[in-house]
Formats: sequence, structure tokens, C-alpha cells
Amino acid sequence: MKGIDRREFLKIGGMAAIAGLGGKAAFEILAPGKLEAAQQIPLTKGKHWAMVVDTTKMDDALMDVCIEACHKEHNVPNLGNPKEEIKWIWKETYEHAFPGQEHEYIGERFHGMNFLLMCNHCTNPPCVRVCPTQSTWKREDGVVMMDMHRCIGCRFCMAACPYGARSFNWGDPQRVRTDEKLMPMNPGFPRNKDYPTRSKGVVEKCNFCAERLAKGDQPACVEAAAKVRKGALVFGDLADPHSEVRKVLKENYTIRRKPELGTGPNLFFIV
Amino acid sequence: MLDTALKGTQRYWGWLIFLLVLMGIGLGCYLYQFQEGLRVTGMSRDVSWGFYIAQFTYLVGVAAGGVMVVLPYYLHDYKAFGRITILGEFLAIAAVVMCLLFIFVDLGNPVRIMNVIMYPTPNSILFWDMIVLNGYLLLNVLIGWNVLSAERKGIHYPGWVKTLIYISIPWAFSIHTVTAFLYAGLPGRHFWLTAIMAARFLASAFAAGPALLLLLCLIVRRVSRFDPGEKAVRTLGGIVTYAFILNIFFLLLEVFTAFYSQIPGHMHSFVYLFAGYEGFGKLVPWMWTSVGFAILALILLIVPGTRRKDDTLAVGCAAVIISSWIDKGMGLVIGGFVPNTFDRVFEYWPTTPEILITIGVWATGFFVLTVLYKIAVSVKEEVGA
Ligand code: SF4
Ligand code: SF4
Repeated sequence: MKGIDRREFLKIGGMAAIAGLGGKAAFEILAPGKLEAAQQIPLTKGKHWAMVVDTTKMDDALMDVCIEACHKEHNVPNLGNPKEEIKWIWKETYEHAFPGQEHEYIGERFHGMNFLLMCNHCTNPPCVRVCPTQSTWKREDGVVMMDMHRCIGCRFCMAACPYGARSFNWGDPQRVRTDEKLMPMNPGFPRNKDYPTRSKGVVEKCNFCAERLAKGDQPACVEAAAKVRKGALVFGDLADPHSEVRKVLKENYTIRRKPELGTGPNLFFIV
Repeated sequence: MLDTALKGTQRYWGWLIFLLVLMGIGLGCYLYQFQEGLRVTGMSRDVSWGFYIAQFTYLVGVAAGGVMVVLPYYLHDYKAFGRITILGEFLAIAAVVMCLLFIFVDLGNPVRIMNVIMYPTPNSILFWDMIVLNGYLLLNVLIGWNVLSAERKGIHYPGWVKTLIYISIPWAFSIHTVTAFLYAGLPGRHFWLTAIMAARFLASAFAAGPALLLLLCLIVRRVSRFDPGEKAVRTLGGIVTYAFILNIFFLLLEVFTAFYSQIPGHMHSFVYLFAGYEGFGKLVPWMWTSVGFAILALILLIVPGTRRKDDTLAVGCAAVIISSWIDKGMGLVIGGFVPNTFDRVFEYWPTTPEILITIGVWATGFFVLTVLYKIAVSVKEEVGA
């Protein structure tokens, strides 16, 4: 995990600092219009972030650790209602994560096995194609971003994403601070003061921890996973032939979700 | 000409007040939705479009259907439609107004709606849909108003209006084609991923639009001294018949492709809609209602005896409207989302506020329609047409 990408991260961190992004609470301080501009600054030229999930090293407990790390980092509330659910990273069984690829004679270990899913940061993302306001766009470093200050909440992107990776704020997420029922489920919300909470009526999703990448850190889920088991999640730059993701992809057989759709998912699973 | 809308019978005013009450209830519910967010609706992460977008999709068809009288009259000089083109154009105006309102009430952030114009995005079909819908509205307002005021003054409308009329014909096709493209080009939504989507949309539009227009003509004949003309009604009946047959045929093509290919993703939505999938089947009774009305419509419209009688023709048209409203509204939109991209079923059903807002928008449309028709009919009565 530590290996080669560390250097890349530091370089990016430096650039981000120059761009004035590295500071604490940058997202909150900047005005909406500026936030947009700032987010559009390419962190590195010609980079291609990707993640590999090694399912042989994953288990349910570890997935929970990753989910909690991400949802804490990004103030994703637990609304206690599947209809309003917001999730950036979640668990899903093999047959539903890869519908059409399951069969009854599948290897023992896949029976009821969960996969860790998130936005695939597709190379050719349909969510970006359909958005009428460019609220969601693909950065030059491969991260598919969301601008919650511009989104009009048409939810076209949700219809277009074939991976169910997008969530919508059907109500105001801030109400978890006042609602008696929701408070105990979200202690200390917002749990990360450096990351903004959202307003009602906007779409959100995993952002590959762009705010952490800007500082030269690994995504929250990757960092949390590494503390439990090395190599369960590997994050890095596909454009760099010496990166760790390239190494694990070279050495292992990996699958992606619905590759036949041509979206080019950048989330790989070692099975 | 607006003055003619201000003189009316008690029945006319009673109807308008009734609509105003419904609009008021809808507005109240909308303010509640505005405050609370779209959580007051039945939509969810898995079914992210619902009743509003279903109405929108259906009404774009009604708006486009108006071209079925404009086109024969102006391109083929079919004189019988001369008396009712204005009714077709005004119906299109009311329908587009409803379309725009339904998009508006569906937005999570309506106050930011101008972002669509401030950040024009040519690769988004929604951007083009906004352009064609607003353009179509403008075209119909300009054409309808100018043609009618010329008629009132007993003169011929200006030449540039003729140009607009010619533009409005392909434009009508475009509004429904573009709306079909909202659905047709999305990866992973098997139910919508079909090249025949736009054709299906047009077929159902050319059935549903003229069917409503025909009913309106029959009503106008009852409540006013203006007679749309026997021949126009007969021809409209024929158009509805052929378009509806085509619509059913296209639907059957989809069913064949799904079930002969046996590709699970393509079959699942149909199974969900018509038989229930994995124990879920909220829409099943609705879809069979749609089928029932479709069969009734086909019988009444195809048999010459019933098509030529006003009463049975009206029932046939009402059946077309109900059948296609269910099929193309709820069926098409919800069927695309269920089962979801994980092949899991999360069902959708509109909530009470959602339904009341929907009724409010429909009432607004009918309010616009009534006033416009009142003006048109008064002018027609005045000039003794
Ligand atoms: S997974 Fe979905 S939301 Fe993420 S980039 Fe791909 S299409 Fe967009
Ligand atoms: S909901 Fe927001 S991000 Fe999604 S398509 Fe609409 S404007 Fe774009």
C-alpha cells in the first residue's frame, strides 16, 4: 500500500497546496462558484486513478470498516429508511453485483458472498453524458466528480448509471441533527467538520476521496482497510506502469461489473 | 381577443373555479414538497423518476399529436381540418405547459433551473428536450394567436406565420423523438434500450393526441354553436385507429424481441409489469387494465359501425387515452427502473401529495385549455364559421 504511489501522492499534494486546496476546510470556506472552479483544477496531468478490491482478502467485517470510514469522512447520514438511503460505498451479494454472471454451480466461496461496491469512476461515464448542467464531470485524473452547488436534482444521472452508484438527497440530511429518531444513528453528525454536508435535492456519490487525494492521502476506505489487512484494497494510478495497482492487476485475474456496457469501470475485483 | 374569455356562462365559470380549487390544492402540496424535499413522494434511490415524469412523457405525446391535424391541412390541403387546426394547436399549448410544469415539480432544486441555460450541455438530451419543448410552445402560441386574430378580422394571416407553420410540423415530431431519446440511449436499462422507442412514442402520440382532440371536438359541439365538422371528426377517428394499431404492433415487437431472445434483462421488466417479479407486482392490475382498454379500443375503432357512431367512437377514444396513459406513463417509466440495476425489486407507488400535485398540474393544463378554447370558439361563433 505504501509503495510506489506515495511519491505521486506527495507531488499531487504539493500542487494542490499551491492551488490553495490543501488547507483545512477548503470546501467550506470557498464560495459555491469558487468551489466549482477549484474542483476543476486537474490534480495531475494524464493520471488515471483506479481501485482494486482483493476479494480473497476481504470479509464482511473489513467491508464494514471501509464503509464506516468513508461515510464518516463524507458525513453520509444514516436515515433509517431504505427509500431515502444514501450510500457511497456498500455491500452487495455476488448475484446482484454481477447480475447475469451468476450460475448455480458457482464456486462454494461465492455463495452469499458480499462484494464491496462504489462508483466505478468509469472511463466513459454515462452519468456525465446525460447531466444537463455539467454538475457531474470527469476530471483529467479520472475522478468522476459531483458539484452539489450546481445540481438541479433532475436525477437523470441516476437513471443513466448502470451500477446504482448514485444517491439522492430526498430530504435535508441536516435533519438528522434534530430528529429524535435519527440522532442516535448518527452520533456527532456531521462527523467530519472539514467536509461539507449536502442540501436537499442534490445527487451525491463516491468521489474517490478527491479531497484526500489533493492532500496526498489515500482514500479513506483504503487507509482504513490497510490498518486491518494489507492489500485488501489497492488504490493507485493506472497510467503509471510502476504503480501498485498495475502490479496487482498484472499478477491476478480480475473482473469488473458489466464491462459489456462500454462504460469502462475502474473498480477491479480479484476473485 | 382575451376579452372573449371573460364573457361566459355560469357553467363555464363554475368549471374554471373548480379547476382553480384543484390548482390551489396542488400548489399547497407543492409548497409542502418544496419545504420537505422530494421525500414526500414515493420515489427512491432505485426508482428515481415516478408519477411526474410519467405524466410528462405522456403529455409530450398529446402535444405532438396536434400535428396530426396541422399536417394534413397545411401539407395536403385537407380542407376538413381547417376548422379544427386551431383546436389542435391550442391543445398542444396546454399540453406543453403541463409538460414543463411536470419537469419543474420533479426537480430537486427548482430554484436552480436556470443552470440548464447557464451551462448549456449539448451532450445531455434533457438540454435538447428543454429547447424543443419551449420552442414548440412558442411556435404554437405565435401561430395559434395570429391565425385566430386574422380570422376574427376576416383577413388572411401574415406570410411569416405560414413559415412558422411549416417549421412546426417537423418540430412536433422532434419533441417526441427527443423525449424518447431521454430513455432510449441509457446503458443498463434494458427496458428502454431499444431503437424502436422513438417510433413507439410517435405511434402512441398520434393515437392519444388526436383521441383527446376528438373528444374535445365532441364536447365543443355540445357546449357551443361551433361545429368542428362531421368530416373532421370521421378523419380524426381514422387517424386514431391506425396510430393505435401501430402502437400496439410496436409494443408486440418489443415483447417478441425480449421473449424470443430470452435475454433475462430484457424480459424482467415485462415480467414485472404483467405478471409480477420475485413476488412483487404492484403494477400488474394496472397493466392489465391498460390491456383491457386497448382491446376495447381496438374493437370499437376497427369495427366500422362503432367507429362511425359518435357515442361508441367517443368511448373508443377514451379507451385509447386510458390505455396509453397507463402504458406509456407508469408502465414505461417504472418498468425501466424495476427491477433495478442489481436485478433487485424495489417498488414504487405515488404518495397522496404526489397525486394531488399531479392533479393540480393537470388542472392548470385544463384551465389553460378551457380559456384558449373559449377564445377560439367565441371567435368562430362570431365570424359564423
Ligand atoms: S459508476 Fe455510475 S456514477 Fe460512477 S462514473 Fe460510472 S456511471 Fe457514473
Ligand atoms: S441530478 Fe444533478 S448531477 Fe444528476 S444529471 Fe441532474 S443536474 Fe446533473
